[in-house]
Amino acid sequence: MPPPSMFSMFRWLVWRDLLLAWRRRTDVLATLFFFIIVVSLFPLGIGPEATLLRTIAPGVVWVAALLASMLSLNRIFGNDYQDGTLEQLLLTPQPLYLIVLAKVLAQWLVSEVPLVAIAPVLGLQFGLSQNTLGVMVVSLLLGTPVLSLIGSIGAALTLGLRSANVLVALLVLPLYIPVLIFGAGAIEASVAGGEARPYLLLLGATLVLALAFAPWATSAALRISVE
Amino acid sequence: MSKSRINWYKYAAPVNFYPLAGKMLPWFSGLAIVLFAVGLYLSFFVAPVDFQQGHSYRIIFIHVPAAWMGMFLYVLLAIYAGIGWAFNARLGSMMATAIAPTGAIFTFISLVTGSLWGKPAWGVYWVWDARMTSTLILMFLYIGFISLQSSIDDTRRADRAGAVLALVGVINVPIIYFSVQWWNTLHQGATIRIANKPTMAPTMLAAMLVLTAACWIYSIAITLARVRCIILERESEAPWLAESAVSA
Repeated sequence: MPPPSMFSMFRWLVWRDLLLAWRRRTDVLATLFFFIIVVSLFPLGIGPEATLLRTIAPGVVWVAALLASMLSLNRIFGNDYQDGTLEQLLLTPQPLYLIVLAKVLAQWLVSEVPLVAIAPVLGLQFGLSQNTLGVMVVSLLLGTPVLSLIGSIGAALTLGLRSANVLVALLVLPLYIPVLIFGAGAIEASVAGGEARPYLLLLGATLVLALAFAPWATSAALRISVE
Repeated sequence: MSKSRINWYKYAAPVNFYPLAGKMLPWFSGLAIVLFAVGLYLSFFVAPVDFQQGHSYRIIFIHVPAAWMGMFLYVLLAIYAGIGWAFNARLGSMMATAIAPTGAIFTFISLVTGSLWGKPAWGVYWVWDARMTSTLILMFLYIGFISLQSSIDDTRRADRAGAVLALVGVINVPIIYFSVQWWNTLHQGATIRIANKPTMAPTMLAAMLVLTAACWIYSIAITLARVRCIILERESEAPWLAESAVSA
């Protein structure tokens, strides 16, 4: 039997990860509920004044998305590293770049897309307008894949280490900062009545850059960590 | 084979580099002390009082060299780590590990002196402008590099993981450098350009350049000292260390 093509392997890997995530739904839902709770804590802590909430909403939603995505990073490679599947994946003839891309895609679909779906509802808590909610969804749709891609580099570097969770945060948050600035900036521009397009275009550019280079860095990090 | 009589590649081995670094160290340390003395004298007693800011502008003579060294040392760290990874040369990775604390300290000094200067000059200790934010990111990158290396027990994996992190983060340094051109925020533009005449008084420029040289020579000296310590730690089971009594 000839070895499977790159694309059928990609499809199979995405499907496998989605299936495994479905069988452990609680992990996935925990991230989503963390996001919801963190976003809801801010109005409780700061007070219900409407203009204040509208001002802090972009930052709050984006920082909560950052933290929630960091919690789910160890799921990209962690389970496979522990049971030895990752070693086998590193030995396949298919390019490691595509394997990484498939796993990151699966993690994004499972962990980040629910965040993007629930974000407008949370935006209503902060009293944002329809237009702004639309900008929020687009900015999160463009930004969360970048978070997963850059986060996968950190996840691969810290595979199997003792304090992996905290260390991943330390490594990956500085690299997340540009995404945060552009993403929150887009929503802020919309709240202030201005143009969000420049920020969204910059987010798109970071997405393209991350898609091109991050899986490459992650494959190098995987080969280093699984020796 | 090369025609040169010195085989430079032999210094890529820790056993040969250790005595070479030991011989270079006193020269660089002495030069650094002299340059610091000259530079501090120039900056406090020779450079004139500023028209707008009076004496408080003198913090620039520490702030700018520290900022330059912080960025430059990160690029150097990334290059050494890359060499160590690509050529499997552990001395390269040891140099990267040796540079990291000095780079982190200089970046920290530039952040602190910058905010101390910001209070009299701009009225606030901190603004989130492009250059300050990206320098803060540089600080986090240094801290991330140091913690990643210290949390991995296997030295080979630690070296290579640090190399990946350093190379991924090196994109930040051009962003810091060009941030004042790309975003029109609070930090001033570049005063010293290579092609045009500088817009500072000559004595101020001289003091700043002397202190930059001092920081650079100091970085070289301290990195050599630190890499000697790292060689002793890592190569402690090598024959050349196990047999002889090692002196400083």
